Amino acid sequence: MHVALAQLVTGLSISAVLLLIALGLTFTFGQMRVINMAHGEFIMAGAYTAYMLQGPLGHQSLLVALPAAFVVAGAIGLVLERLLIRRLYGRPLDTLLVTWGVSLLLQQLARDLFGAPNVEVRAPTWLNGAVHVAGITIGANRLFIMAIVAVSVTAIWLYLTRSPQGRRTRAVVENRQLAACTGIATTTVDQRTFFIGSGLAGVAGVGITLLGSVGPTLGSNYLIDAFLVVVVGGLGQLRGAVLAAIGLGLLRAYVEYWSHASIARVVVFLVIVAFLQARPQGLFVLKTRSLQ
Amino acid sequence: MAISEVTVKNAELLAIDQINAAGGVLGKQIVPVVEDGQSDWPTFAEKSQKLISVDKVAVVFGGWTSASRKAMLPVYESNKALLFYPVQYEGLEASPYIYYMGATTNQQIVPALDYLKAQGKTKLFLVGSDYVFPKTANKEIKAYAKANGIDIVGEEYTPLGATEYGTIINKITAAKPTAVFNTLNGDSNVAFFKQMRSAGVTPQQLPVLSVSVAEQEVQGIGADVVAGDLVSWNYYQTTNTPESVAFVKAYQAKYGADKVVDDPMEAAFTGVHLWALAVAKAGTTAVEAVKAAMAGLTYQAPEGLVTVDGENHHITKTARIGLISPSGQINEVANSGGPIKPDPFLKTYPWAVGLS
Repeated sequence: MHVALAQLVTGLSISAVLLLIALGLTFTFGQMRVINMAHGEFIMAGAYTAYMLQGPLGHQSLLVALPAAFVVAGAIGLVLERLLIRRLYGRPLDTLLVTWGVSLLLQQLARDLFGAPNVEVRAPTWLNGAVHVAGITIGANRLFIMAIVAVSVTAIWLYLTRSPQGRRTRAVVENRQLAACTGIATTTVDQRTFFIGSGLAGVAGVGITLLGSVGPTLGSNYLIDAFLVVVVGGLGQLRGAVLAAIGLGLLRAYVEYWSHASIARVVVFLVIVAFLQARPQGLFVLKTRSLQ
Repeated sequence: MAISEVTVKNAELLAIDQINAAGGVLGKQIVPVVEDGQSDWPTFAEKSQKLISVDKVAVVFGGWTSASRKAMLPVYESNKALLFYPVQYEGLEASPYIYYMGATTNQQIVPALDYLKAQGKTKLFLVGSDYVFPKTANKEIKAYAKANGIDIVGEEYTPLGATEYGTIINKITAAKPTAVFNTLNGDSNVAFFKQMRSAGVTPQQLPVLSVSVAEQEVQGIGADVVAGDLVSWNYYQTTNTPESVAFVKAYQAKYGADKVVDDPMEAAFTGVHLWALAVAKAGTTAVEAVKAAMAGLTYQAPEGLVTVDGENHHITKTARIGLISPSGQINEVANSGGPIKPDPFLKTYPWAVGLS
């Protein structure tokens, strides 16, 4: 019982990280059909933003770093969208190659700017503690990541359902041509979505600094997992991403406890392959009448 | 693994500078050709072939992971060229064309186990990355444990580059070991130690002894996170020999006063000097003549006097157990009392029969 409970917490904590990195991707992938291999580098940009801020602002800078990373990563994403990606809409294979190249460039840029050795972001002291509940110990940093995820998901949900911009975004996701016909400036919507999607990756980067070190390849380590969540959840589906992240996180935690880390990864992949055989469109699918 | 390889290269360039400033070898200046293995094993082999056949270098210093060395080994053997490998490794190897400057098992892991046993830590949990070094090292550790009344209460591997240790830490706390023996590679250490601390496990309750965490890695992990944990190496920046003081001073003068040095850098530095001494003794850079000159060669290295074993191509090394301090430096808490003869195949240890 105790073990099952401890693993539940570990699993949810893995889910939180998965969701945080997949959240931005599910929008850029879902709306623009761009396979953005450079998404991981936005995560890295967010993590390095936290690193840069702790110099002048000290150890409490993490709270400042969250919005700052959102803006920095969002801005990099916007530049990438303006310069390259918008020229490649509707050509998923080309975007895959181009953004992969961009990803390598950005990694090397980080290596040149910050040096090859990984750097450390020190957590504020109040995040080093742990909470003891029902005989298990939960790290404050893991609770903090879960809180970031909860706030991000709520904010995105409110944005999509309650704001006029969010409505336009949904319109473009559902039917791009029809949305354009009704006077929605789809390029503006694309830019905004790319900014938010990349910005969320930046926020994820700040969260991840609490778990490990910050290095040029930080983001690419998480990229595959993020794509898995997006594909299983269904493209552009917020609730799909949430459920997929929770499912995959718990699966990995429990399988790993009763076997080993490498085996758990294999099992997760097998389950996903089997799932996609039965349901290639993912957990949730947007019902539209458009011909895409 | 670019973290540590760059600093090893810097230490080698420093040694070359020193030799050149003192007149070079055989009246010639040493010209370094730097190639980047890009942490990719086949690239190490390709670049080695290029250095040997295109640049026609006299000797190569390099390699990092055991996998990179295993990939390069056939290149050096088939070309009859020399490689100096600067890192501690899992033993069970002796190539006629490789010189091993880092510790083999009986100069690092066995002394670490002796230390833990002497401290009464008889229930060990093994954590490592899923590749050749940790798997081989743990095989040796299990053989030692069996012969020395130590219980191995758990053994876990994670894929290289893994950053999620919640489950393994739950397994560790459930198994209640008295120490953890850590052979994780690179950045996984950062995630492992950060998550150990956030799970409320302190070094006072449960010390972790690492064999791949040196001063460079401590900087990346954060000294406050690993302070109080143990490591096993042959050299620390704090090692108090005149040669060590001079080495640290020269390195910081060249690369910056805030730079730290560690064991693989010292081993790499020693390797360059040993090769230069052997060339001077042989009067040529021809491989077979240098090999003959290497046998029995001694050098007063920063870690103390080292002697090259002509047969297995390893060097004698003093084992030192270190305690990580909150400043990021490592302080020696025990040592082997003198250089240990290299025994890569553990022939002199009865418990190791059947391992090689």
